[in-house]
Amino acid sequence: MQTQSKETAARQVSAGQKILKFITGNPIVFLLLIAAIVVGVLKDNFFSWANLANLISNTAVRFLIALGVSGCLITKGTDLSAGRQVGFAAVVAGILCQRGDYTGRLWKWAPEMDISIVLVIVVVLGLAWGLINGVIVTKLHVPPFIATLGTQTIIYGISLVISDAQPIGGFQKIYTTLINGRIGNVRSFHLPYLLFVALLFGLLFYFIYNYTRHGKYMYAIGGNDIAAEVSGVNTTATLMRIYAAAGVMYAIAGYLLAAKSGGASASMGQGYELEAIAGCTIGGVSTTGGIGTVPGILVGVLVFELLKIILQFLGVNPYYNYVVQGLVIVLAVSLDIRKYIAKK
Amino acid sequence: MSEFVLEMTDVSKSFPGVKALDHAQLRLRPGKVHALMGENGAGKSTLMKCMFGIYKMDEGQILVDGQPVTIHDPMEALKMGIAMVHQELQPIPARTVGENIFLGRYPLKKLLGFIPTVDHKKMYADTAELLKKVRMTFDPRQKVGELSVSQMQSVEIAKAVSANCRVLILDEPTSSLTSNEVDALFRIIDDLKAENVAVVYISHKMDEILRISDEVTIMRDGHYIGTWEASELTTDKIITQMVGRQMTNLYPPRENVPGETVFEVHDFTSINPRSFRHVNFSLRRGEILGVGGLVGAQRTELMEGLFGIRSHVSGQIFYEGHELKISRPKDAIDQGIAMLTEDRRGSGIMGVLSVADNISIASLNHYLDHGIAINTRKIENLVQENVAKMNIKTPSSKTQIKSLSGGNQQKVLVGRWLANNPDVLILDEPTRGIDVGAKYEIYCIIADLAKQGKSIIMISSEMSELIGMSDRIMVMCDGRVTGFVEGEEATQENIMALATQFE
Ligand SMILES: Nc1ncnc2c1ncn2[C@@H]1O[C@H](COP(=O)(O)OP(=O)(O)OP(=O)(O)O)[C@@H](O)[C@H]1O
Ligand SMILES: [Mg+2]
Repeated sequence: MQTQSKETAARQVSAGQKILKFITGNPIVFLLLIAAIVVGVLKDNFFSWANLANLISNTAVRFLIALGVSGCLITKGTDLSAGRQVGFAAVVAGILCQRGDYTGRLWKWAPEMDISIVLVIVVVLGLAWGLINGVIVTKLHVPPFIATLGTQTIIYGISLVISDAQPIGGFQKIYTTLINGRIGNVRSFHLPYLLFVALLFGLLFYFIYNYTRHGKYMYAIGGNDIAAEVSGVNTTATLMRIYAAAGVMYAIAGYLLAAKSGGASASMGQGYELEAIAGCTIGGVSTTGGIGTVPGILVGVLVFELLKIILQFLGVNPYYNYVVQGLVIVLAVSLDIRKYIAKK
Repeated sequence: MSEFVLEMTDVSKSFPGVKALDHAQLRLRPGKVHALMGENGAGKSTLMKCMFGIYKMDEGQILVDGQPVTIHDPMEALKMGIAMVHQELQPIPARTVGENIFLGRYPLKKLLGFIPTVDHKKMYADTAELLKKVRMTFDPRQKVGELSVSQMQSVEIAKAVSANCRVLILDEPTSSLTSNEVDALFRIIDDLKAENVAVVYISHKMDEILRISDEVTIMRDGHYIGTWEASELTTDKIITQMVGRQMTNLYPPRENVPGETVFEVHDFTSINPRSFRHVNFSLRRGEILGVGGLVGAQRTELMEGLFGIRSHVSGQIFYEGHELKISRPKDAIDQGIAMLTEDRRGSGIMGVLSVADNISIASLNHYLDHGIAINTRKIENLVQENVAKMNIKTPSSKTQIKSLSGGNQQKVLVGRWLANNPDVLILDEPTRGIDVGAKYEIYCIIADLAKQGKSIIMISSEMSELIGMSDRIMVMCDGRVTGFVEGEEATQENIMALATQFE
């Protein structure tokens, strides 16, 4: 009996230690959770189902973009064109999903299209952008930062051209209702469909990163690209796949975002690449390569979205939001880096 | 005044999962070379890193001139006159030799009388001076990235010497030097001894230890075993103390019987006119072909050319009569060739990844379920098999490979290639930085592979290893194959004669 209770005590201690370890290992996450609780106590409707659903659907879209860019980051690259690709996909999806009888229709000559066909088109175009980035990086040997800085501008220009720099609205009803759909009742507990899209891709990426050759090759390139090449990794093909998959993820995000907002414009998604990169880094993706996990990325993005909602509820002047968000990025990453330099 | 310049007593240091040092000690006398010996993972580098302020020791004391001191970081160590040449080189490849040596303490001059700027002229003049002191002849303005590994090592030594130190730590300085360069290094060490510098010398090469050192401290599993006068010791005694048991043979008996010719190289010429050219050789089934030569003989370049890491302009490779088309390492691997490269950090390990990831990366195709999903259990088995076979010291298969000791990293890389079950295995300095016990284990593996009918090419700068392990030795000089020796003819004199046959 006595030994048994000792054992349970020991187990409790280790659980306590685990919590402590989590706190010291993820101080930012912990601080934000505290902040959320404080705000929740101060403001009535912070802990509401609607707010939860809002947080979930905002996080879902950002998570898809972060998943896309994570492969680039893990291989010591980056993708600055992410946000503009999202905008491009939103514009294309928006134009193609306009109602046939909508007077402000942009492409009057085109027939009204099934929204699933639109999804396919958008994904194929995203794939194409990703492949273009991949070719510039792997075949022309332009560093990813510069390569995607270039394509970012190109893509934005093209979005402006095809949208005529006009906001796009008048979507088919099914497009907006389906994507803004939910399980459960709006007034009580409900979960947006977007949650399931995000979970699906989260699981897919988790599987790819941990259980496929592609995933292992990705980490290997991030760990030491020369050693990876010497070990028979086709580094060109792997990087091509990574940038292409990123393009697909941005396209899906853009498609969802247009419907979520009920309208699209070329400027949609602006700055999302930085949010995605920030989310990844807060979640422990190392920009020096080879390190990063899908659950970490999810936490990073979630934390960032939570921060935004907290600031919004506190009624902070939106201009200051940027200041705070920037500070959190710097703080989070500097705390995270300490884990790696604290080897003394 | 203490008779020791520096003493370390009762030093302990733990890392997650390992106690790297357990009450270790070391006492250095001025003007003496003190060899520090022990198996891979014994804690030699860790002890030195504690002295140099890279690691903080959990327990223990450092005394300089009998006075206790605390050393928080390398800058402080340098100020106290302690300099270190690291086991793993850390040069900045895109900068010149001079800039690497004077990094952080560039000589300055005043532009227009008041703007401090780097005095390049003085820096390169001083560099040339230092290079002369370490008996090296390359251009101070050359980019370090363009140097060979051994030349880089000389740069590191020059850098340490330039710090005017009282204690110089050399952690495996000769692991990639050839005998001429080793001689040059020993002359430098003699100069330093004359200047009353205490030198700590870590190496796995017995002959060097007995030649250069005055005192020897032996460590095992983080423990201090003892300190002896070098004159009292013999190779056998050292090995027995290091390994904790007697070792009778340095090379395993070889039972391989070379069969028919399987691998042929015709007229292989590099894209770089100063590198290998018109190379012809063949390799038999179950044969161990040694490749000897001086630094700069282009042995590594040739093998990297065959393996697809470097480009060639002409030449053909045949395996069992089929021509192999190789333009990148993947092609070579797919056709049954494997290559353990020379530069462990540059092209071998993926530092932040786990031991499991590092060992399996070249053979992932073998661990798939349904052709897609990687079976982590199979990889775990692979790791455990190798850990057992080569006695790899690692806390777990998930440990980042960069936290393993140098020799254990090397064993993981050997495991990486064995996992692929290649027909032709190219080994570039396979026992670099590996202790005697593990060397023997690796020799056994090589001998066993040859016995199974695998063909092996082994580049080695260690003459005795070359002679002891090879069925036949190909010697290169300045990019050309200058001859082959085998059997009775495989002597140090004959090899050196061929290795110095310059045109
Ligand atoms: N940064 C680190 N993190 C975790 N473990 C470490 C770290 N550095 C060293 N170790 C461990 O400490 C032990 C001693 O390592 P050390 O590098 O001192 O060995 P060594 O005697 O220099 O061996 P070698 O001859 O192979 O260079 C090893 O088990 C190693 O895995
Ligand atoms: Mg060492």
